[in-house]
Amino acid sequence: MPARIDWVKERLIPRLFGRNSTATAPGNAFRFRGRWRLGEKSIEGLISLSGILAIVLLLGVLVLLLKEGLPIFSHTPPWEFFFGTKWYPISEPPTFGVMPFFVSTIMITAIATAVAVPIGVGCAAYLAEVASPKVRETVKLLVELLAGIPSVVMGFVGLMLLSPLVQSIFHLNTGLCGLTAAIMLSLMSLPIIVTVSEDALRAVPSEFKEASYALGATRWETIRHVCIPAALSGISAAIMLGVGRAIGETMTVLMVAGGALAIPHLPTEPMTTMTAAIASGIGNAVRGGLQYQALFAVGLILFVMTLSVNWVADRILERQKRKFAR
Amino acid sequence: MKVKARSTRRLSQRTAFALLTLATAIVVIPALLIILYIIVHGVSAIDWGFLTQSPSQAGKSGGIFPAIVGTFYLMLGTAIFSLPIGVLAAIHLTEYAKDNRLTRLINLAIISLAGVPSIVFGLFGLGVFVMTMHLGLSLRAASLTLASQALAMVITTSREAILAVPREYREASLAIGATKWQTVRHVVLPQASSGIITGAVLAMSRAAGETAPILVVGAAFIVPGLPNSPFDQFMALPYHLYTVAAQVPGMPKSMMWGVALVLLAVVLSFDIVAAIIRSKARQRK
Amino acid sequence: MVALGLVAVLAGCGGEPQVQDGLSGSFNIIGSNTVTPLASVWAEDFMKAHPKVSISVSGPGSGVGIAALIDRTTDICQSSRTIKAEEVAQAEANGVHPYEIQVASDALSVVVNPSNTVSSLTFAQLSAIYTDQITNWKEVGGPDAPIVAISRDTNSGTHAFFKEHVVQSIDKKLEYGTKVLFLPSTEAGVSEVAKNPNAIFYAGLGYVTQKVKPLAIKKSGDSAAILPSVATALDGTYPISRPLLFYTNGAPDGIIKAFVDYCLSPGGQEKVTEVGYVPLA
Repeated sequence: MPARIDWVKERLIPRLFGRNSTATAPGNAFRFRGRWRLGEKSIEGLISLSGILAIVLLLGVLVLLLKEGLPIFSHTPPWEFFFGTKWYPISEPPTFGVMPFFVSTIMITAIATAVAVPIGVGCAAYLAEVASPKVRETVKLLVELLAGIPSVVMGFVGLMLLSPLVQSIFHLNTGLCGLTAAIMLSLMSLPIIVTVSEDALRAVPSEFKEASYALGATRWETIRHVCIPAALSGISAAIMLGVGRAIGETMTVLMVAGGALAIPHLPTEPMTTMTAAIASGIGNAVRGGLQYQALFAVGLILFVMTLSVNWVADRILERQKRKFAR
Repeated sequence: MKVKARSTRRLSQRTAFALLTLATAIVVIPALLIILYIIVHGVSAIDWGFLTQSPSQAGKSGGIFPAIVGTFYLMLGTAIFSLPIGVLAAIHLTEYAKDNRLTRLINLAIISLAGVPSIVFGLFGLGVFVMTMHLGLSLRAASLTLASQALAMVITTSREAILAVPREYREASLAIGATKWQTVRHVVLPQASSGIITGAVLAMSRAAGETAPILVVGAAFIVPGLPNSPFDQFMALPYHLYTVAAQVPGMPKSMMWGVALVLLAVVLSFDIVAAIIRSKARQRK
Repeated sequence: MVALGLVAVLAGCGGEPQVQDGLSGSFNIIGSNTVTPLASVWAEDFMKAHPKVSISVSGPGSGVGIAALIDRTTDICQSSRTIKAEEVAQAEANGVHPYEIQVASDALSVVVNPSNTVSSLTFAQLSAIYTDQITNWKEVGGPDAPIVAISRDTNSGTHAFFKEHVVQSIDKKLEYGTKVLFLPSTEAGVSEVAKNPNAIFYAGLGYVTQKVKPLAIKKSGDSAAILPSVATALDGTYPISRPLLFYTNGAPDGIIKAFVDYCLSPGGQEKVTEVGYVPLA
C-alpha cells in the first residue's frame, strides 16, 4: 500500500540493495550530434545548479546557525553554556545554561524510543511474517494515517486526553510532564520504525528462511534467529530515524511537556526540551540580541545532534550494502 | 544445546505471536482512537458558517475560513518554490551527475536536510527570509521556509520516480536522434510525472500540518480579511489550533476540536490523494 | 496557475501598510497575550466601521511585540508591561522611536482552583511560592498538598510584570524557581488551574472565568486583602494593577491614529469592560 513515508523507504531500500542512485541513463556515452543548441546548454547549466542546491541549502542552514549563534559564546563561555543550569534570558544580567533542556531532550527521546522500538519492531515482524496480505494492507494504511497526523494535533490530543490520564494514574500534580510528551512522541515515531523495519524484514532473502525451515525451525524461531538478525541493519536505521524524529519534535512537547526550567530527575516532572525552548523564546528575542544568539546556539546543538544520528543511520546502511553486495 | 520438546517450541511460538499481535494492536488502536475522537468531537462545530466565515470575538465564534485559505496558500507556495528546483535537482542526480565526490556530497546533503528539525528550519527562515531578505513576517517568507524543508523530500521522490523509468525508453529516444534534454523533457518526465506529483502532494500535505516554522515566521492569530498579497501576515490552520487550544480564554471546546478536525481532514485527504495516484501508477505498470 | 503565482510573488515590494485617503489600508498588532482579546475586539469593530481597513492581531507575548516593533515587523505593539530602557536603546539604534499609549488597565489576578480553601495571600507568600520556598499549601493555611506553581513563559509581559512587582518585591535579585511550570499561553495556565486542585497561576483580569477562583491579595501582612476587580483596579486599592499599552514607532498617524483614537474613545472603552479589563479612568 502506498505510503506517505514511502519516500524514506525508497531512500533506504536502494541502499540496502546497492541500487545505484546516480546516473543510470547512458548519458555519459552520449556523443554530440553537432547541433549545439544554446537553450540546451543553459538548461543543463540550470540543472547542474539545481543539483548542488541541496548542498547550498544545507550549508546555508549551518552558516546561519553559526553566524547568529556563535556570538553568544563571547558572552557566555561554551563550558558555562553547555553545562550551566540556569536559563534566565530576560534577567539582568541574563544567564544561559542549556543543561536542563539537553537532559529533557535526552530523557524524553530515550523513553519514546524505548517504548516505540519493541512495539514497532514487533509490529513490523507481525506484518512481514505473520499477517495475511489483507491484514497487512489494512494495518499499513492505519500506520500511514497515524504518520499523517500533524504534530500540533498530536499535541492537542496529548493536552486534552492523555495529560489528565497520566496525572491520575501516577498521582501527579499535573499531567503536563515529560512522560506525556514521551508517549505522544513514541506514537509519532512508530510509523517510521514500523515501515522501515517491515521493509528490512521483507527484504531478507527467502533462501535464508527456507534454509531455517529445512532445519526444522518453527516460524517464530526463524523470525527470531534468522530474519531479525539479517534485517538488523535496516532495523537499526529505522531506530535511528525514529530517534531523529523524536529529538526534533517541537509542537507536541511545547504543548504537553510542562515547561519547567529545572533539570528533570524523573520523567513525571514538567520539563522543557531544546526544541520547546527555542519555540517559546524566539518570539521574544530581539534580532541580534543575546537571547536571539543563545537560541540560535541551541538550534546549532540540535542541528548537530540530528545530523549525527542521521549520518550514523547512513553509515550503517553503507556498511550493510557492502556486506550484502551482489 | 538442549533440544526443546516440540510442544514447548510451539507454545513459545504461540506466545510470541500473541505478543506480536499485541504490538500491532498497540500501533493500530491509538491511531484509530485519535482519529475517531477528533471526528466525533469536532463534527459538532463544523457547519457551513464555520468553514466560510471569519473568526469573531477573538476566535470564540465565527469561522475559520481565513485559516483554511491561509493553509492552502501555504501549500501552494511550498509547491511553487520547491517543485521546480527539486525536480531539476532530481534530474541532475539521475541523468547528468557523474559518480564522483560531488555527487556523494549532494546525496549526503539531502539525507542531512531530511533530518533537520522543523524548528531549526524556522530559525533558518527567520534569519534568511524574514530578516536578511527583508520579506518580513509574510506568506512569502513562510512558503520559502516550508519549501526549504520540503526540498529534500521532493528531490528524493522525484529521483525515485525518474529512476523508475526503464532504460529502454531513454535508449530508444536517443537512438532516434533526440538530445539528452529532449529525452528528459519528452520521454522521461512524462513517464515519471505521477511519481513526481505524488511527491508534490505529500510535500503539500506536510506543509499544511507544520506549525513550528510558521510560528516563527509569520502566522497571525486574527487576520480578518484574506491576505491581500504574499507580503501580508496570514492565518493558518495548525497555528490556529495551537492558539485556540492554548491562547484564548473561554474558547468553547467544540471549536477547538472542530479546528483539529478540519486540519486533520485537509492533511489526510492530501495523503490519500497521493496514495491513490501512486497506486494507479503502479497498476498501470 | 504556477505562472500567476510566480508573478504575484516576484512583483511587489515590502510589507508597509498602505495609507491612502479615506480610511483604507492595513496594519498589524503584535504582542501581549493579555491584550490580544481586547485588541481583537477593537480591531473587529473598527473594521466593521471602516470596511476598507484590514488589521491583523496576534500574540503570543509582550516581549514578542516589542521585539517586532524594534525589528519593524509590526506597526503596533500591544504590551502588558512597560518597555525597558535597554529595549528603548535597541529601538533607537534601529531607528525606531517607541511611543507609549495607555489604552486600558488590568488587575493582574492570582487564581487557584475553586476547591482550594485558601482565599488570600500576601506578596511575601506569593514570592516565596514562585521561588520554590513555599511548596505546600498547608504553609499558607490550605490543605496538605503540594503547590503546583504555574507561570507564563519569558515571552509574556505578564511574566515580567509579576516577576518585577511581586516575586522581586522582597528582593530584587530573585528569579522564578526552577520547579515553576512555564506555559506558552495564558489559556493553558487557566485551564490547568481549572482542573488541578493544587495549581496556582496569574493572569489578566479578562482571563478570570467562573472555572477559577481569584485570590484576595495583601500587599503586606497588615494591609487589607483585596479581590481583583474593575472597581478595585480603578480606585487603586488592588495592589497588582498595571497599565495595558500600545507602542508605536513615533506618534501614530493616518489609519493607526484613527484606530487608537477609537480605542481611547468612550465607545472603545466600553469594549474594555465587556472583555473584562479595566477601562481608563
